[in-house]
Amino acid sequence: MDHSTLLQLLSRQFPEHIHILSPADGKQMPTIEIPREQIKPILNFLKSDPQISMSFLTDLCGVHFPDQAGKELSVVYHLHSFIHNLRLRIKVFCPIEEPTVPSVTDIYAAANWMERETYDFFGILFEGHPDLRRILNVDEMDYFPLRKEYPLEDSTRIDKDDRYFGRDGHEGVTFDKRVDRQ
Amino acid sequence: MTKSINEVILTDKFRIMSDIKFAQPPAGVEGQGFFATSLDQVIGLARANSIWPLPFATSCCGIEFMATMGTNYDLARFGMERLSFSPRQADLLMVMGTVAKKMGPVLKQVYEQMAEPRWVLSVGACACSGGIFDTYSVLQGIDKVIPVDVYVPGCPPRPEQIIDGIMKIQELVKNESLRRRYSPQYQELMASYNIQ
Amino acid sequence: MESYFKSLDSIDGELATINLGPTHPATHGIFQNVLKMDSERIISAEPTIGYIHRAFEKLAEKRPFYQITPITDRLNYCSSPINNIGWHLTVEKLARIEVPKRVDYMRVIIMELARIADHLICNSVIGVDTGALTGFTYMFQERERIYEMYEEVCGARLTTNIGRIGGFERDFSPVFMAKLKAFLKEFPPRFEEFNSLLERNRIFMDRTIGAGPITAERALNYGFTGPNLRAAGVDYDVRVMSPYSSYEDFDFVIPVGVNGDTYDRFMVRQEEIRQSLAIIQAALDNLPQGLYHADVPSYFLPDKEDVYTQMEALIYHFKIVMGEVPIPVGEVYHCVEGGNGELGFYLISDGGRQPYRLHFRRPCFIYYQAYPEMIQGSLLSDAILTMSSMNVIAGELDA
Repeated sequence: MDHSTLLQLLSRQFPEHIHILSPADGKQMPTIEIPREQIKPILNFLKSDPQISMSFLTDLCGVHFPDQAGKELSVVYHLHSFIHNLRLRIKVFCPIEEPTVPSVTDIYAAANWMERETYDFFGILFEGHPDLRRILNVDEMDYFPLRKEYPLEDSTRIDKDDRYFGRDGHEGVTFDKRVDRQ
Repeated sequence: MTKSINEVILTDKFRIMSDIKFAQPPAGVEGQGFFATSLDQVIGLARANSIWPLPFATSCCGIEFMATMGTNYDLARFGMERLSFSPRQADLLMVMGTVAKKMGPVLKQVYEQMAEPRWVLSVGACACSGGIFDTYSVLQGIDKVIPVDVYVPGCPPRPEQIIDGIMKIQELVKNESLRRRYSPQYQELMASYNIQ
Repeated sequence: MESYFKSLDSIDGELATINLGPTHPATHGIFQNVLKMDSERIISAEPTIGYIHRAFEKLAEKRPFYQITPITDRLNYCSSPINNIGWHLTVEKLARIEVPKRVDYMRVIIMELARIADHLICNSVIGVDTGALTGFTYMFQERERIYEMYEEVCGARLTTNIGRIGGFERDFSPVFMAKLKAFLKEFPPRFEEFNSLLERNRIFMDRTIGAGPITAERALNYGFTGPNLRAAGVDYDVRVMSPYSSYEDFDFVIPVGVNGDTYDRFMVRQEEIRQSLAIIQAALDNLPQGLYHADVPSYFLPDKEDVYTQMEALIYHFKIVMGEVPIPVGEVYHCVEGGNGELGFYLISDGGRQPYRLHFRRPCFIYYQAYPEMIQGSLLSDAILTMSSMNVIAGELDA
């Protein structure tokens, strides 16, 4: 089994939903794009099909593309089949106004915290997740920091003159101020 | 001629181990069979050489602290072999590593649980100023939350630097007046951090 | 033991809630677990993480490629060189840079040294948690020797920032070679002495066998990698599955455990240290001649001396330092076998100075979510042991 047969198998099983973004080339793994409602059936198929058996969810993360209208937020899945040593990258997209993607925690237990992290960073709501809360940031945080419009720097920092660093004062971002002196 | 305290200690069997350096006695008046000095200095001497540190190790600097505790650098030489993991019995809070904003209230609570007199050593660039992590989630220096006595720079500092910081703390401890913690300036400092 | 529990249960059937952490003497690092306890047995655990969240991924979007190396240092700070080299390999994969064989072998030597340092800290701390401080003091002396070797190569001890995109900043010095050879000769007997303190120690075995077990199936489902997965009996190793940096040239054994408990994790790490020593020896014996960096002047920082004397080197130096390196548009996932498992870098580049998005696949973060399941029904003291044997590093966990 190699990458091209894997893609053929997938295309035969889900003829209308598989959109191949990049085929396998040498060292790189193939990338496919699928509609978000298809993520669970396709992952279920990939995991349970005895020929493929992609039993390992390597990674799950979000990406924000503010310029792609209607496809602003993306969730990227990396799968790995230990039996054939094949890797596959799957992308789903969702609009920022309605950032929902089905949760895959019932297929891969590893997805639990990775989805929580993606929610924490990008605000992507995973439908069916057992416990979708912030994981790394404080619960009181009211924005999703890895979206491109938010600044990296601490907006409450006062000891730096931002003009010398070529940035403005980042108005409009609030943060938990418990830890400050006052 | 009267002997100084040091000479008295270094008699007989101790002379064999004379390469061991004893703590220098404070200045005072001494005569046959007595030695008079101020209470402040005696207590300072005792405190400085039996500090119980509380290692508040969060990240990378904690590993360097483990190296400092290890055999090669041996923090026990400074009377510190007893790490006090409970804040209630600790004299010195050693904050080593990044303190995120989520951690800030915890750090403050640990500090509040310590009994006076208490000292704080901030180890590493992150604890001192946020270091390279000028980001939304990192507290830009622990002195935003608690008062700090000695800052040790470095990312992470070498064990020698940590030891140097500890020796600076020892100097502070040795020379601190017993009444300092009751002074209005100190009360004002604590009030500025909202600590009772 | 059973009757003891029963007697306690009959006294008081109420569950107690214990807050373990965020700062607890027994947990090495900043983890919080709220435990529901029935006498001394854990009924359930609720972990909270993020206490040293430093926003690595956001930071990486604002930094040129070279400035990301110091960030990777602070992921798993027990084995920083693996992270550094993993990042350099990722950029090389994206920019399609081929490095000479000598660089590959040099990297293997450094990465295996880092693996030894990482496993030593984990295993000696398991010893401390079972009440044996001696092994810790022995092994920290040996770790100091590894630190000294790092210093010879890059000048730093812990957060190494080692190497460059395309190779190393300088060749291995004769002093490094001498220190490495001395280490390879003197370390194994001391290591075996440490091993003999614990491996067949009745107290240690009683404490660790059966503590915090996990089956291979659950471990795979939870995304375990590295020694923890191998202790559960799955021989997955990135070095063998998807070889990088010429690991295919080396012959080594992947140790696997059976029960996936604390003892197995300890033993797997011990054996991996021996295997790493063999790999280093083989790499040193067959170290190819040649240049210590790839011939890619637009990525590889030139020598400082050349920068002062040659116009071309000065231009390249300026461009690289200002972040003007030609990075192709594209996305790439590269993984290396870190101290704790598969350390992955998912890099999306839009051709700009900084990555468009960089995601770290941190092994700790992924497998630590199995912790509540692993300690369910065990004793509180076993939960501590389980945590230290999983080698959860706070920097990697919280990124």
